[in-house]
Amino acid sequence: MERDDVYEYSLDTHHDEETGKKVRKKIYQVLFIMSAVTIFEVALGLKLSGDPAYATFLKYTFISLTLLKAGYIVMVFMHLGDERKNLRWTILAPYLVLIGYLIYICLTEAIYAGTIRPSIEMLFNAGSGGGGHH
Amino acid sequence: MSAHATTQPTDTKTLWGGGTSPFGISYGKMMMWFFLMSDAFTFSGLLTAYGFMRHKFHDVWPVAGDVFVHFPFYDGHIQLLYVAFMTFVLIASSVTMVLAVEAGHRMNKKGVIIWMFLTIIGGAIFVGSQAWEWYHFITGTEHGAVRTFIKDGAWVTEVFHGANLKVNEYGHPLFADFFFFITGFHGFHVFSGVCINIIIFIGVIQGRFEKRGHYEMVEKSGLYWHFVDLVWVFVFTFFYLL
Repeated sequence: MERDDVYEYSLDTHHDEETGKKVRKKIYQVLFIMSAVTIFEVALGLKLSGDPAYATFLKYTFISLTLLKAGYIVMVFMHLGDERKNLRWTILAPYLVLIGYLIYICLTEAIYAGTIRPSIEMLFNAGSGGGGHH
Repeated sequence: MSAHATTQPTDTKTLWGGGTSPFGISYGKMMMWFFLMSDAFTFSGLLTAYGFMRHKFHDVWPVAGDVFVHFPFYDGHIQLLYVAFMTFVLIASSVTMVLAVEAGHRMNKKGVIIWMFLTIIGGAIFVGSQAWEWYHFITGTEHGAVRTFIKDGAWVTEVFHGANLKVNEYGHPLFADFFFFITGFHGFHVFSGVCINIIIFIGVIQGRFEKRGHYEMVEKSGLYWHFVDLVWVFVFTFFYLL
């Protein structure tokens, strides 16, 4: 059924063969980068995870590489990088602000977790039977 | 895509004056973005809670690399190799999805069919792998762990195997709770993503989008599918690697 009350803004999303080739090239480039990063992560984890001297280095390397991969997925695969700037910030800004706040509050207030609710902690510890052979 | 920026008016008065999309995007796609944003908040909350509890119980928290060591058709233990394989399958299926969207932009029906089919297969492999991993986590090791508790006024000691929502032979039970909840929630997203992709796939075969003149539905389900991949990238890092 044809509806004339719906605006169609998607009709000019077509592209020709020439542009298609460029887009595909970009997609394969990103695939290569993401596979290389994942293999690098696993190799790094296998090699260094036993050594406590590298623990902090590993943690921040993994987190930054993850953010790199996430950036590629959102900006290239989900085409947010090709959208208008106002849409891009409508999506990203609330997320960055609120999640930044959540992480901040967990990092700064978490030190009280053990002191304020000791009874809850005891409950959890009594319930745990595990860790027997670790 | 980028074509919007040049073909549509850029001064604020015309942009917000009505009759045009200020964001240069269709209603459906924008609502998909808003839904994905709210879903991203949910997953961020779950992963932050995971980090919080892990930090709190770090001395009895299991190392994921020591828990997920199984690989199909192989008796020995290989740390995280199967999870790395699953990650690769999901990233690959994300790539086939974006290729399907690209084929849709060229109105290439055959291309969309092929790439969407591969995407669905990749998603099915991922969901199956996750079920397999759950099975091994729930069954546990032959060795098991010992727990002591009071039953009818007397202390009882027993050996138990595997993990569920109450006990976890590998360490703190909260690890199992978060594992079931986070990977379960994500796995359900993958499952519904596969279902959505199958529905769109049937529509493509029937020529519904060919008739409509554009393949934007493939783009919308593609957005959802990439989001599922995006979440897994974070779950992989925070649950398995760190």
